[in-house]
Order: sequence, then C-alpha cells, then structure tokens
Amino acid sequence: MSAVLDNQGHGGQVHDDHHAHAPTGWRRWVFATNHKDIGTMYLLFAFTMLIIGGAMAMVIRAELFEPGLQLLNPEMFNQLTTMHGLIMIFGAIMPAFVGFANWMVPLQVGAPDMAFARMNNLSFWLLIPAALMLIGGFFMPGGAPATGWTMYAPLSLQMGMAMDSTIFSIHIMGASSIMGAINIIVTILNLRAPGMKLMKMPMFCWSWLITAYLLIAVMPVLAGAVTMTLTDRHFGTSFFNAANGGDPIMYQHIFWFFGHPEVYIMILPAFGMISQVIPAFARKKLFGYTSMVYAIAAIAILSFIVWAHHMFITGMPVTGELFFMFTTVLIAVPTAVKVFNWTATMWRGSMTFETPMLFAVGFIFVFVIGGFSGLVLAMAPVDIQLHGTYYVVAHFHYVLVAAALFAMFASFYYWSPKWTGVMYNEMHGKIHFWWSMISFNVAFFPMHFLGLAGMPRRYADYPAQFTDFNQVASIGAWLFGLAQVYFFFWVVLPLLRGHGEKAPQRPWEGAEGLEWEVPSPAPFHTFETPPKLDPTATRVIG
Amino acid sequence: MINNIQARLASALRFPLILLCAWFSVSAWAVNSLPGGPALLELNLQPPVTAIARDQAWLNDLLMIVCTVVFIGVFGVMFYSIWKHRKSVGHKAATFHESVAIEITWTIVPFVIIVLMAFPATKLIVAAKDTTNADLTVKVTGYQWKWGYDYLNGEGQGIAFLSTINPKMREFAAVGARGAPIPDNYLLDVDHPLVVPVNKKVRIITTSVDVIHSWAVPALGVRQDAIPGFVRDVWFRAEKVGTYYGDCTELCGKEHAFMPVVVKVLSDDDYTKWVAGEHQKLAAGSNASSAPVASK
Repeated sequence: MSAVLDNQGHGGQVHDDHHAHAPTGWRRWVFATNHKDIGTMYLLFAFTMLIIGGAMAMVIRAELFEPGLQLLNPEMFNQLTTMHGLIMIFGAIMPAFVGFANWMVPLQVGAPDMAFARMNNLSFWLLIPAALMLIGGFFMPGGAPATGWTMYAPLSLQMGMAMDSTIFSIHIMGASSIMGAINIIVTILNLRAPGMKLMKMPMFCWSWLITAYLLIAVMPVLAGAVTMTLTDRHFGTSFFNAANGGDPIMYQHIFWFFGHPEVYIMILPAFGMISQVIPAFARKKLFGYTSMVYAIAAIAILSFIVWAHHMFITGMPVTGELFFMFTTVLIAVPTAVKVFNWTATMWRGSMTFETPMLFAVGFIFVFVIGGFSGLVLAMAPVDIQLHGTYYVVAHFHYVLVAAALFAMFASFYYWSPKWTGVMYNEMHGKIHFWWSMISFNVAFFPMHFLGLAGMPRRYADYPAQFTDFNQVASIGAWLFGLAQVYFFFWVVLPLLRGHGEKAPQRPWEGAEGLEWEVPSPAPFHTFETPPKLDPTATRVIG
Repeated sequence: MINNIQARLASALRFPLILLCAWFSVSAWAVNSLPGGPALLELNLQPPVTAIARDQAWLNDLLMIVCTVVFIGVFGVMFYSIWKHRKSVGHKAATFHESVAIEITWTIVPFVIIVLMAFPATKLIVAAKDTTNADLTVKVTGYQWKWGYDYLNGEGQGIAFLSTINPKMREFAAVGARGAPIPDNYLLDVDHPLVVPVNKKVRIITTSVDVIHSWAVPALGVRQDAIPGFVRDVWFRAEKVGTYYGDCTELCGKEHAFMPVVVKVLSDDDYTKWVAGEHQKLAAGSNASSAPVASK
C-alpha cells in the first residue's frame, strides 16, 4: 500500500492527520457531512428499497403465475403494483444514482466534499421519513394507494388516507432530490480542481450535471400535481374532478411533464457510468467525447417536449399526436449516437471482460432492446395496439431495470475497490452478471409477446391463453430476484466486511480519472487542497 | 448399445418428465385459442379485421424489420470487436477517439430512417382520426366496473344496455380458477355484447361517469380512453362477421381486470333482426309509450 501511496503523494497523508477528528459511532452517520459516508448511506438505503420493492414484484409474479386469484385479492394486487413502482423509482433508482454521485463527483472533479455538506446530510435523512410514510400506507385504513404509480385522477380521489401520506412522502422525496441536485450542480460548477475544464470532466459528472438540472426543473411540477390532488381530496377544489368541472386530462399533462424528464433522470447518469466503464476496459479513450456530451444535452432538452406520448389514447387532436410522435422518435437520434460511440470506443481496443465490463456490455444490449420497443411505442398508430399492455411493461423494465440497474452494477463493481479497499470476488461477480442477464431476459422478453397479443397491464387476473408466457415470466422474475440476494450475500457483504484481496490504488489497467489518484480505500478526506492536474485533467501532478 | 443408452436416458429423464407433465397438466389448462381474442403462444398482434388494424400490424412489422436490421448491424460490429479486439488475443488498443465526419454521418442516418418511418405513421394517424360519415354511432360509457352502450344514431337508434362480465367468471376467478376446467373465453364473457353490423363505419363515442377507463378491442385496432367529463370518439369498420374481444386498459379500481369488452359483428340481415328484437323488448318495457317502436 505504501508504495502505491507514494505515487500520488499528498492526499493520503492529509487523511491520516485528520482521521482522528472524524466522528465515530452513530454520530458519524446521523450527523454525517462527509460525502463518502452519505454516499454509502444512500446506496444502502437504495438497496434496501430495491429488496422491498423487489419482494413486492415477486408476490405479483406469484399471483400471475396462473389465471385466477390465488394469493391476492384485486385491491391488494393494485396496491402492490402501485407501491412496487413508487418504491423502485423514488426509493431505489433515484437515491442510488444520488449515492453514486455523492461518492464519485467530488472525487472525480478533485473537490474536498460536496458544496453544501449539511444540506447533503438533510437530503439523505429526509428519505427515511419519506420511505416510512410511503410503505406505511399498507397499514393505513383502506391500504396503500391502488392507482398505479402514475396516480391518475380521478381514481386518486377515491383512495384512502394512504394517498395523502404518499403525497407527503413525494413532497419530501422531491425536496430531497432538489437539494441533492443543487448540491451536485454547485459542486461541479464551483469546486472543480484548477485545470478541470468542463469539457475535460469525466462523463459521469457531465451526465449528472445535466440530470441535476432536469431534477430541479421537474420535481416541483410533480409536487404541484400531487398537491392539487391533495386539495381536490380535502379542501374542496376541483382541479381534476370532472364532476365539479375539473379536468382529469390536465393531471396527466402535468404528471407527464414531470414524468418524461423523470425517466431520463433515471437513465442519463447510467449513460455517464457506461461512458466511464467502457473506455477503462477497452483501454482506449471514449470515442466522441464532445458528441457524447451534446447527445446527453440533446436528450435532456427533447425530454421536455415529448410528454404527451404517454397520452396518445386520451383522444388528442391529430396535430397533437403528430407533434409528440415526431419529437419522441427524434430522441432516437442522440440515443443512437451514444450507442454508436460506445461501439466505436470498443472498436480496436484491447478489451478485457471483468464484471464491470460485462455489465456495461449487458447494459448496451438490454438498453438497445428497450430503446427499440420505445421507438415502436412512440409510433402513435402502433401505440393504439400496445398502449396499456404488457409491451409497455416490457419496454420500461428493459430501460429501467435492466439498463439503469445494470449500469449501477457495472459502476458498483468498477468503483467498489475504491470505496472498500478490497476487490470483489471476480467469479461471484461473473455469476451475478450471467445469472441476472439471463433471468432478466427470461422474465421480461415474453412480456413483449403478451403485450402484442393484447394482455393489459395492471391486471390481477388474465385470460387463460396468456398462461404460458406468464409462467415463463414468473420463473424468470423469481430467478432475477434471487440473483440480487446472491449479489448481496456473496458480493456486497464480503466487501462491507473487508473480505477479499487488497485493492490497489488503480485496480483497472485502463481506468482514468482523479478517483484513481487517491489510495484504496479512499481516505475519509481527499483533495483538501486543490490538486494540480496534468493537461488532460486525469492525473494529479503535485 | 443404442437400447442401453435409450434405457439410461429414459431412466434419467423419467422424473423430470413426470414433473414436466404434471406441470403442463396444470399449466396448459387445456385451453384453446379464442378466435377474435387472444391466441395460445401468440407472438404478434391479433389477426386484424379492419383496414386500420391491418395497417397498424403492417407498420409494426416494418418497425420490427428495421429494428432487427439495425440491431444486427450494431451488435454484429460490437461482437466482432469483442471477439477480435481482446487483450487476451493480444490486440493492442488503437488511439483514435474522434471523427467529426463519422459523428455527422451516424447522426444523419438514423434521422433519415426515422423520417422515412414517420411517413406511413402520419398517414395512418390521420385515417384513424377521421370519424366523419359514420353509419352507426354508439356511445360507450365506462362505469366501475361495466360498460354502458347507447345507440345514438343509425340503425338501432334508441337501444341502450349495460354490459357486465359473466358473474360466473368472476366467481371462478375468486376461487383461483379451480374446480372446473377454464373455458376458452375465461374473463372475456359478458351478458350483453356490443352488437354492430359488418362493413359499416361504426363511430364510438366514449365517456365515463366515475374514473378513466379505456375501451379497447385489438382485432378492430381501436383503443380509446373513456374520461369523465369528456367525450372522445374513434371508429372502426369490421370486415368480418364474428365476435371480437377486448378489455378495459386503464386502471380503474379493484375490478379493473373484470370489465371485458365483447363486440359481436353481425351480417346486415342478422343485425336488422337483432335491432327489431331489441326494439320489441324496449316496447314491452314499463314505459312502452315513450319507447321507439320497431318500424320494420
């Protein structure tokens, strides 16, 4: 270790001096202001929520294994689908990305910490009451909301008090996300080490910078939509209640004005992650860095003018359908550019396939399938056949579960040596990858067929002709769920306990960036004085 | 020798085969494909019976072909690279990482492909939205959890009824679909299907009295939300006599899965007879004086 430490000189020594001042015991976590500790808490929180939301999915798939109602009544089924969606989106994917940002953004830009350390603490700890209020809905009179995660009015007006706690929970999570986003933006714009020009920044920082702006732009819109639902429910307003002259379609417009940028919030950081992992294992610089940045920005901007493609069957005018169809398919262009650039990065590289690279290639594979089904759904006439069917379920699980989750797995395997100071077990990582990759496709590919054949989503029961593919999907889903249990016990736990080979400072031959300029595990404090960078802003030279 | 192998194979496979058979005897449900509704192991859209549904299926196939070609192209290149450009086969990394010309090319090419695909889609949207000159207009009202049908215009005007799932199906579902073989039209059987004539332009006006529902029949290529406080319209012209099945496809509460749509398409003669019968029933009703009397 010392030999490695000497290479980069400064950072490690400083850490040793200061370590004594670090808070210990429960205070370390409750009063945490250190971006690394907060990042760790975010990731553990997100993983807990992933398991809770995943367990709900397992029950849903058990109910759908056969026609007829065996385990759940339809009310409970609808509650589970709703909570599965809300928990996975607001509890698992979004906090997980913020966790990665907390850990890596300061390290990657050469900053000592996040810009607003105490706000960072608050934005994490807000998640706990929010999650309790969300999940607590199951124990309230009438049970959890059964509206689907989209909480469409006027169905949301019929729900019990859990709808209100869900609304407050969303307010709190939104506040948390906005604080997280402000922190990331300010950190990136103000705390970069001298020489770290914006166009030299690692792609992960770029993708998060843009994502953070999306968050700030749309979380208040969601807050507005659910607040109007709240006042409709309790204070006699009728924003969405048609019985009093309200407009249920307006809810959908507002919701999806949030909702579509939201789905890019859940994928853009993944683009950034993959753009880091692939060059590292191809041992070749990212192809088309500039166009990759532009592509992310283009996707982010376009995401604001495509929302009503979720509403093609509400009865929009022809011009409306055409506009939203054209803008939506336009997104395929920057997305395709990204896939081409990743392919060109791999082209004539010198590739090795450790677990992060496997997950990165797996990401591209499933993301492209999800992208294509998105293109099909974007075509308004075909959407008439597929809207509200399992085809949609297949589509968004390909881009969210597979793509976003696989990107996070790739990054976890890529950066965990830096976090924990030990290497994960390569064989366990590979088993986790192949197990996840195969079972995911077994679970979700048949859903395309179910959707094409006309099986509606959010159905507690289905016509018996759909049985075979549902059984295949259920078996795949259970295996996929088990794979994540395996991941926790055979990969995450050993790392948390520090079991495994000692990780060198730069465990990946082709990895570039400032995070590899500090020792493994990254000391509690890093870059307390701004590092001096080489012209590429990937090395510390003093 | 061969017998021996067979015997060994058979004994090795016996247990899994028994399991498999046991599974299938439960899982296959001895159910058949339902004409006009879902088919067993269907991999594509339901067989279309309207021009619009046929065009939708055609466009979907076209998209699948384009996607497949691009998929094979991109992953062909990528897997060739994975195969050849590995460190383990001694490949050294090249240093190129930029090319404006290539970036522009692979921005323009997908753009052109997309514009080309948008043309037929646009034509189809315009056609699907043209609800003028209908022969028959039916108002479809969504209720939690049934459909109301009101014949507003054309032959059969004045007929009105509710369409509810066969309660036996619902009871059967509640006991886990156990105790009897599952019928082919499980969950897709209603007391009063919507009845329309063949080869006539039928305009459907949707609305709802409570929450948002969605009225969908895949074989007819129709799906339209039924929204409280709003009326929306959509149309179809069924080209084949038969029964076509669909569902409510917008989550509308606990019985969402149990409000199927059944559309019966009759020949002109049969339809006229059906209308006469319905009008007679109306006339025999309590306020016979105000009900329209069948004129034929």
